[in-house]
Amino acid sequence: MNAPGGIGAARYIGERMPRKEDGRLLTGRGTYVDDVVVPGMLHVAFARSPMARGRIVSIDTTMAKAMPGVHAVLTEADLARIPVTLLSFFMMPMEVETTLLARDRVAYVGDPVALIVATDRYLAEDAAGAVMVEYDEETPVVTIADARAAPPIHPDAASNVAATMGEDEPNPDLERALRGAAHVVERTLTHQRISQSPMETRGVVSAPQGDEELTLYITCQSPSVIARSVALSLGMPDLSIRVIAKDVGGSFGLKNTPWREELAVIAASLILQRPLKWIEDRLENLISANQAREQEMTLRIGFDAEGKLVASHCDYGINNGAYPQGADANVAVHAFLWAAYKMPAYGFLTRGWYTNTVGLAAYRGPWAMESYGREVLLDIAAREMGIDPIEIRRKNLVTRADQPCMTAFGMPLEDITPADCLEKLLRHFDVGAFRAEQAEARKAGRYLGLGFAVYIEPTGTAGSMPVMTGETVSVRIEPNGKVQAMLGTHSQGHGTATTMAQVIAEELGVRYEDVNVFEGDSSRGGYGPGAAGSRQGVIGGGAAVKAASLLRDKVKQVAAHVLNASPDAVTLERGTIRVAGAEEMTRSLREIAEIAYGEPARLPHGVGTGLEVTYRYDPPPVTFTSAAHAAIVEVDGDTGFVKIKRWISSEDCGVMINPAVVEGQIAGGLAQAIGTVLLEEFHYDERGNPTTATYKDYLLPTIFDVPDFEYVHANTPSQAAGGFRGVGEGGAIIGPPTLVNAIADALAPFGEIPLDLPLTPAKLLAVITGKPLSPQHHAAHPAAAAGDAAAPAPTPDDPGIAAVLAGVEPERIDPPTAAGAAVDGTWKLVMATPMGPQEMTARFATDGTTLMGALESPEGSQEFAGTAEGPNLRWEMKVTKPMPVTLKYDLTVTGDTLAGKCKMGMFGSAKVSGERA
Amino acid sequence: MSEHPIALTINGQAYTGRIEGRLTLADYLRVNAGYTGVHVGCEQGVCGACTVIVDGRAVRSCLMLAVQADGSEVRTVESLAAPDGTLHPVQQAMRDNFGLQCGFCTPGILMTMAVLHDRKEPAGEDEMIAAMSGHICRCTGYQGIRRAIRQLTGSAEPAQEGAH
Repeated sequence: MNAPGGIGAARYIGERMPRKEDGRLLTGRGTYVDDVVVPGMLHVAFARSPMARGRIVSIDTTMAKAMPGVHAVLTEADLARIPVTLLSFFMMPMEVETTLLARDRVAYVGDPVALIVATDRYLAEDAAGAVMVEYDEETPVVTIADARAAPPIHPDAASNVAATMGEDEPNPDLERALRGAAHVVERTLTHQRISQSPMETRGVVSAPQGDEELTLYITCQSPSVIARSVALSLGMPDLSIRVIAKDVGGSFGLKNTPWREELAVIAASLILQRPLKWIEDRLENLISANQAREQEMTLRIGFDAEGKLVASHCDYGINNGAYPQGADANVAVHAFLWAAYKMPAYGFLTRGWYTNTVGLAAYRGPWAMESYGREVLLDIAAREMGIDPIEIRRKNLVTRADQPCMTAFGMPLEDITPADCLEKLLRHFDVGAFRAEQAEARKAGRYLGLGFAVYIEPTGTAGSMPVMTGETVSVRIEPNGKVQAMLGTHSQGHGTATTMAQVIAEELGVRYEDVNVFEGDSSRGGYGPGAAGSRQGVIGGGAAVKAASLLRDKVKQVAAHVLNASPDAVTLERGTIRVAGAEEMTRSLREIAEIAYGEPARLPHGVGTGLEVTYRYDPPPVTFTSAAHAAIVEVDGDTGFVKIKRWISSEDCGVMINPAVVEGQIAGGLAQAIGTVLLEEFHYDERGNPTTATYKDYLLPTIFDVPDFEYVHANTPSQAAGGFRGVGEGGAIIGPPTLVNAIADALAPFGEIPLDLPLTPAKLLAVITGKPLSPQHHAAHPAAAAGDAAAPAPTPDDPGIAAVLAGVEPERIDPPTAAGAAVDGTWKLVMATPMGPQEMTARFATDGTTLMGALESPEGSQEFAGTAEGPNLRWEMKVTKPMPVTLKYDLTVTGDTLAGKCKMGMFGSAKVSGERA
Repeated sequence: MSEHPIALTINGQAYTGRIEGRLTLADYLRVNAGYTGVHVGCEQGVCGACTVIVDGRAVRSCLMLAVQADGSEVRTVESLAAPDGTLHPVQQAMRDNFGLQCGFCTPGILMTMAVLHDRKEPAGEDEMIAAMSGHICRCTGYQGIRRAIRQLTGSAEPAQEGAH
């Protein structure tokens, strides 16, 4: 047998091979862009706008230029000597004029105004502070709501609509279908702005060598994309550009495209003919690196009486900031919203909005809002209709039997497996046991919740968009028998040197240790988009399969000729060549390689020397990955904090090259999802000032926020070479709805949770206490508005629906009644503390079942909020003296007296009695 | 501007020089001494990527001035592995457990782990994980880091796999 999987063959695909990247990264020997030093290199800092919007009246660089160590202070007028066209990731020019530095106006806080070149970064920053700019400040447009109402922020734009697609007017057929649906659910969801926050910020070293050569060291997602983009931006056809990015400290979409600062540094280096380095600091990264995700979505879904989908409409908006990396209405949201579900009719209006905030860039799964909206509303619909959340998905998911078919958006589906992923997930998780545990916990005042989400994700797309190309792999067996592979894939942590070496070693028949992978240099390897759209495993892996198998064929052809054997009888395994039935013919790969390179006369007729293959692989247009996830949370009823107790991922990324790498990608995406749901929020005040400009304010998940994930792999081979599917972005897409659904389930007894991310403890506590956080918060949730007869929102006094969802008998709860005049007023209280009786004065004011009040004691006065259900008053308050403790009052009013207790944390309970003052 | 003489030991090698008072230890180690394994992630003392060992304690080198390290013994990630290349147990545990992806936060994590692992009474799992709350990793979701800690503290076998 000569199959690659024969006896003695090394199986590397599917194995948890140790990473080839780790040796240098664990010992501090990686080369990130800030580690690059070029002789004669100078350092750049930027002077930036302190306001969100204004006219530049004057810029005075005199003082800055006179400071020690300063070589140059350049403004847009200086840089304009080299005309530079900013390009989107799709190599398209910007829709509004976008200069490298601000010319006559600033459009966001952090907008670069001057570029300072000095002998070191400290001196450059000193001088940046000495650039005197006079502004005429204008009123900024900050939010999508602002943008809708305001005149255009850009003089060359007709409105603040950066991009739009879909139907402006209601579609009568769709509206009729929705009106005729047995059940309609409609909600508005908002998603906060996210900073991608790679641990390595942006940075570039631009080193011109005369007029004809430019070497760029830049932290990026693909050196060949950067080389192509910079060449187009500069428009200098005679300039040869080489881009090197050996190690990159994460990107997550941010470093797709060279942007204003990087191109300004490149232009300045060409003007000054000096190597320049700019390394973004974290403050710059948080205020002036492009960001992502600030979105709102109003989604309507109609169901028939059985819970089957009838029609849906989505009105979607995304904040593009001032200068997006391509004006974007994010139509992918609509392409994928119902892709995995049988949705007969769908319509949408989608718009991107210009504002005076930093521009929009990509972030892992840029269209992820579709899964958030769909999966969360499916759960709400299930709750309202009394259908199990698993059943509503089973009724509507596209199964294997349904395929091939077209999505509502017109995409062909052939091999998606979301339903299989869900069923496989359920085999690893006992829902019934959880529901029983949940019911017991609720009796004890603990709120556990279970959330599911299902999705599909387009990965490895190629051929439909100009930059999303195929991938080239060049593999060479050196005369010494070692294998060198040059790839256009590029790791920002993905471990592609590892996974590609596994594929090549297995397909070629050599030891993993003998394969060296070279990436990160546009001057070698083929053109490829690197990391973008979960494509490297699918397309790079496919190219590696093809190139290695062609090379193996040549080795066998040469060996068969040299050894006078049939090619079919020759095997190459672990770098050793054998001929079936002729052990004495065994040769090392090195012996055959030396002949292949050095002894042309011994090669078969017409076969060239050397053992080198370059193969460019163009995969199917898109390869889908499917997944179903489940999460269990506990929400603390006292604090609103969410503890994630369990999280199971059931994904189908086809043939896995390295399960540890696959799981690492899923886990990383899920951690970012947890940050999105619970912690992260890049925030601007109403003047467009960023208020979360440090990691003390912009909260990233720590080790305590992320649980141990569990994985179930489905492994349905794709139709791409090797059978691989992409897995880079999925966790960040399916994670948010999974977690939000679990929180919603946990708090179902209290009503519906808000859908404006992040779900901070304060927001959840407002649900638990029934006390609205703020008027805006209330308005953001149409479900809370009265008069929507088709979609009654669950209320605290209607536990039935929540209980049906939870799969348990409804617990009998008497409807609370308003306390009103029986409670309101001033009361004298006495608490029996271990230190003796303490007298206090309480003032109560009720509004329905909401209790507000204040408690005065010799130590001071403190306000509180709680509930007044009939005569029963409950509230909590935190005190710090004599020690920090949460006091939980539980009192009952009888006429003009009251009695009850106060629980004092670990200090036990104290009796409380009182009478009207 | 002020210049100050300093003398310190970095990874066993003596260094002397005259430096500005405002120079951070991180920049001194990276730029003046060439230990680029020290990674500056936030310059705000939050992310922990720049953590080095100063006189036996894990320290954020972005929050310490180089002049404050005068007379100190400083260790960076470059000193962890043995001269023959054998990885330090914390490096090996991170490697065994896929504890890193992009590797940018990794040197700081390793230095904190090394202090806790190498002291007279090595830290247990809880203490080590508590210490990791001072490090931000944006890539891994801390899965491999936690497994590495369990391996180091003997509280679990290294690798936990999914069902296949």
